[in-house]
Amino acid sequence: MSSPAGASPTGQGPVPAASLSGSCAMSASDIAAGVRSGELSALGVLEEHLSQVERWEPEVHAFNLVTADAARARAREVDAMVAKGKDPGPLAGVPVALKDLLCTRGVPTTCSSRILAGWRPPYDATVVKKVAEAGAVAVGKANMDEFAMGSSTEHSATGPTRNPHDLKRVPGGSSGGSAAAVAAGFSALALGSDTGGSIRQPAALCGVVGVKPTYGLVSRYGLVAFASSLDQIGPFGRSVADAALALDVISGHDELDSTSLPGDPPRAASRLGRGVEGLRVGVIAELAGAEGISPDVAAALDGAAQSLAASGAKVEEISVPSVRFGLSAYYMIAPAEASSNLARYDGVRYGFRSPGQDITEMYMATRSVGFGAEVKRRIMLGTYALSAGYYDAYYGKAQKVRTLIIRDFDSAYSSFDVLLAPTSPTVAFELGAKTADPLAMYLSDVCTIPSNLAGHPAMSVPFGKGECGLPIGVQVLAPALGEPVMFQVAEALEAAAPLGTGDPHGEEAK
Amino acid sequence: MAQLISEQEVAHVARLARLALSAEELELYTTQLASVLGHAGDIEALDIADVAPTAHPFPLSNVFREDELRPCLDRQEVLAQAPLVESDRFRIPRILSEAQ
Repeated sequence: MSSPAGASPTGQGPVPAASLSGSCAMSASDIAAGVRSGELSALGVLEEHLSQVERWEPEVHAFNLVTADAARARAREVDAMVAKGKDPGPLAGVPVALKDLLCTRGVPTTCSSRILAGWRPPYDATVVKKVAEAGAVAVGKANMDEFAMGSSTEHSATGPTRNPHDLKRVPGGSSGGSAAAVAAGFSALALGSDTGGSIRQPAALCGVVGVKPTYGLVSRYGLVAFASSLDQIGPFGRSVADAALALDVISGHDELDSTSLPGDPPRAASRLGRGVEGLRVGVIAELAGAEGISPDVAAALDGAAQSLAASGAKVEEISVPSVRFGLSAYYMIAPAEASSNLARYDGVRYGFRSPGQDITEMYMATRSVGFGAEVKRRIMLGTYALSAGYYDAYYGKAQKVRTLIIRDFDSAYSSFDVLLAPTSPTVAFELGAKTADPLAMYLSDVCTIPSNLAGHPAMSVPFGKGECGLPIGVQVLAPALGEPVMFQVAEALEAAAPLGTGDPHGEEAK
Repeated sequence: MAQLISEQEVAHVARLARLALSAEELELYTTQLASVLGHAGDIEALDIADVAPTAHPFPLSNVFREDELRPCLDRQEVLAQAPLVESDRFRIPRILSEAQ
């Protein structure tokens, strides 16, 4: 299933700046304002985005499915509401891409896996309902690494997504289709999921904003489970304000998700526009100096820290010692939970079945043909980590490391409002570069994993360009429910970012 | 350094997880899993016997709702997604062998 590095399907270059025009270049909040006031039609906005998809999707492959007809019907409904004097909501007419592990009633949801080919969920995920109720128009189901296991979107049964900045490179993963859709102007917003960095890392590699909210802030009802103590849904946008707008639509308690936090959620946008004067920002020494951080990424992080200091924040280096063990802990805990969650794909109730003489033979045939290589690796790793004789050494140890990481973060947040770290150790790598070496691929997540283990929010903001003119993301981490201050700092970074940042089609990109 | 996981162990784990592996896959996965387990040696070596494990980031448990009738998923819509259905039930191959 791995793809060789090489030219894009038709050998064309990056999605060019000139092609991002009209509403495809607009922010979600501007689109919504225009549609609500009647200055823009939702259908007109959608058609511009569908033209962009038609032109560039054969190159990028951001989607497993483009739901053009349903989107047109929905856009007409939004326009009809406006015509009747009703407010469609804060995302009125905003085109949104949905990662293909969010259940959409009657619309195929595959998780980029053969084992779910053709499956049409009998219900909508809560977030899918929420964005629709806010007036958004879903344009399609975004490609991903199979069952969200991967960091490049190469582990997809439908083939890899390509980075809009350089079609020979990966968009990151696992939510690579969502990140690429936003970067290529296929949608103004996207939803993804982040178990160990699957929103933040592709956001960094595609030059967009990506947010992993606090565990429990966003309902996971209708999210196909990977690792249940880590998974969280979050938004992508081309600006910090757009990401905040989207998060404020999807957050909040849901009685259909037993891990949903009770009470009113913090408003992500509540501290935007306040600047960072007096805020205490800690740069995580162990991640800033982690093995494998490339010089361009290190320089961007330095630049980000300096820009916050110049804006009046108190910036210092801080040690969070146990994050060094995050990667190992994660690659025991996540596969262990996955091995349990993915036991449900047995060819009985939904999805693909391969025949067998008896039930065991049917299970084996179904799962062996239905799952791709990376999913099989993680299921086996997790089964091993949970098996008699190894449980204490691996899974039990990993859970204890999780306690240490939470303690160290708590200690850091007694002195700091937010923490800063790289998002990805490098800019986007070429297709095929890491598919033969799973551990090398796993190391892509070294800076993003600690927040998942702690259940804390973190987001990636574009900050300058690195090697080959490719985007770099800087990560802002905050304590549980610290979204307002996290977005406050992210906004300051966005404003201070070197030229070309946040523009996926900047002139430096070649 | 001795291999951290043997082909026999990988074959056993695959069987537990109901995955059939070819000989080539068995060899490849053994090498790859050993490399990941090798990385995990850093936590295996930690002396943290007195640290309590964390299974879940926040202490939420036993979330209940009132026991009241609510609409549920439509039976035909759900069954329509199954690979094989008979008389409103999921049809599966034989569970017990002749000998049992």
